[in-house]
Amino acid sequence: MLEFLVGKFNYYIYIFLMMIGFYAMIGKRNLVKKLIGMNIFQWSIILYFVSIGAKKGGSIPIVEGLSGHGAHIVSHASQYVNPLPHVLMLTAIVVGVGTTGVALALLLRIYNKYKTLEEDEILRKMK
Amino acid sequence: MNIYQLPFPIIVVFFPLFFAFLIPVLGWWKKSLCYPLAMIAVSISFFSSLIVANRVLRYGPLHYYLGGWEPPWGIEFSIDHLNAFIAVLVTSLSFLVVIYAKRSVEKELPGKEIPFYCLFLLLFTGLLGIVSTGDMFNLYVFLEIASLSCYALIAVGKDRALVASFRYVVMGTIGACFYLLGVGYLYIVTGSLNMGDLAVLLPPLYGNAVVQTAFVFILIGLGIKIALFPLHTWQPDAYTYAPSVVSVMISTAMAKTSIYALIRIIFSVFTLNFITGFLPIFDIICWLSAIAMIFGSIYAIMQSKLKKMLAYSSIANVGYIILGIGLSVSTTMGLTPALMHILNHALMKGCMFMVAGAFIYKAGLWDINNFVGLGRKMPYTCLAFILAALAMIGMPPSVGFISKWYLILAALDSGKYLLVAVIFFSTLLMIVYFWKVIEIMYIRVEERQEGEESEIRVDEEPMSMLVPGIILAFLCFAIGIVWISGIFSPILDTINSSFGLGVVP
Repeated sequence: MLEFLVGKFNYYIYIFLMMIGFYAMIGKRNLVKKLIGMNIFQWSIILYFVSIGAKKGGSIPIVEGLSGHGAHIVSHASQYVNPLPHVLMLTAIVVGVGTTGVALALLLRIYNKYKTLEEDEILRKMK
Repeated sequence: MNIYQLPFPIIVVFFPLFFAFLIPVLGWWKKSLCYPLAMIAVSISFFSSLIVANRVLRYGPLHYYLGGWEPPWGIEFSIDHLNAFIAVLVTSLSFLVVIYAKRSVEKELPGKEIPFYCLFLLLFTGLLGIVSTGDMFNLYVFLEIASLSCYALIAVGKDRALVASFRYVVMGTIGACFYLLGVGYLYIVTGSLNMGDLAVLLPPLYGNAVVQTAFVFILIGLGIKIALFPLHTWQPDAYTYAPSVVSVMISTAMAKTSIYALIRIIFSVFTLNFITGFLPIFDIICWLSAIAMIFGSIYAIMQSKLKKMLAYSSIANVGYIILGIGLSVSTTMGLTPALMHILNHALMKGCMFMVAGAFIYKAGLWDINNFVGLGRKMPYTCLAFILAALAMIGMPPSVGFISKWYLILAALDSGKYLLVAVIFFSTLLMIVYFWKVIEIMYIRVEERQEGEESEIRVDEEPMSMLVPGIILAFLCFAIGIVWISGIFSPILDTINSSFGLGVVP
């Protein structure tokens, strides 16, 4: 049982973080807090992706002294960390930064227009 | 070199992206260049998508490997009949939207042509990328390119646009993250991200809980993007307060592309065997869309703003399309009604949002109750609206009639008689809300003060805005006749047979 919990701790952490982010997005009334929740939500998924590529005792996936003859490399593939999820997450991080940037720009304009970032007050002012 | 040897699948996506970066550079030097550049980019995409479609029809699916890396490792662009159909739909509608955009943007967003056309082309790139790609992660990236530019485009609108856009950012990010998580789950069990490869690797794993969870995550994620009923909360405000051009673009091209992604993932990645062996997911989809059809129509009746009414009407019509997907396994018609309504709804809603934009352009009219006498002031614009409204209600031989006819046949075929009643009821509700607009535009008489001149000046919108609307209104009927004549049925049959649909077990 303990082994089950400890062996999969990375998944528990990502689900825990994801739920925190989800709660902040739905439960909080302040727009900045919503945005922070959104970020935690995104980063938890990135954490999940990065953790699935990792391997205990695995080395960096650079093959030395060889110029690409497939069979030899494949036989040692289990010794290397899987780089693909990490590379994918570079793209996902860029997307996440883009989303945060757009959201912050929106918040700036919302603040200039309504002079507040509390959702309740904004809704009251819009009526 | 023969022009037909050029890699057209990539040209369709590349040129809008390239021009999106060219516009800020050249626009900084000379602002008046923005519009022609956008026009050139969209035209190139339009014509290359026609060439791609032509080649797909002649020689079968096209594959293009980016950088020469072959599929399970590299990213693949694969175009089959379904992609070609949606790509032509997106590019041709965007072509009309760009014609419409010139005057509308000059009026609504003065001095902001450079960012507008740049973002517009990025949105266009994203949509075409979603349509062309054959890679799950690549689809996520293009989905986010389209969504990010869409958030920004909505935010420049009037009134409550900022808050609507922020709400869309939050909801859209949840959707995209759920999709990404689903892709991650598929990756840990198969080690592949290519759609064709996944379809081969997944069958032995259909009983696996991870694969089933991945399916649910992807379904919910894309459900948010297409504004399927319980996940639609961002949609009405975003459609309403976005600039007119953007409303047209997102209600036609963007919504349809997301639905395409859903169809592609349900039928191409998780094949039919998975769906039928899993939960009764299609029954759930059917009833959700039935609720969407009723709910959207009832809310549309309650609205006083024309664009908001059209937005709620879009929710109802997305319900029609999803109903077509839900019924596809249990009838001999397969996806035919859903694919028909994708094209049909894009034509009708595109026309209506263009007309709504024209009223705002000409007189700043948002509220339906202020439309008194418009039928005589803007005769051609209102004619386009009436044609589209008649098509929406389902007057034969319009496109709306065809989709409803096929949906009813499909529902009867699969023995779900209650859904037939839902379709009829929703049509009745549509008559109520469209008649309200037509009645005010044409029949209600304006109250005049004593001594005021009673002559009515014809005050039409500019030609470049009128013509695309009229073309779409005309197509609402022309395409209906084309559907009846059965010219497109070979395409639909090929799509159905490639997904293994159309044969009832």
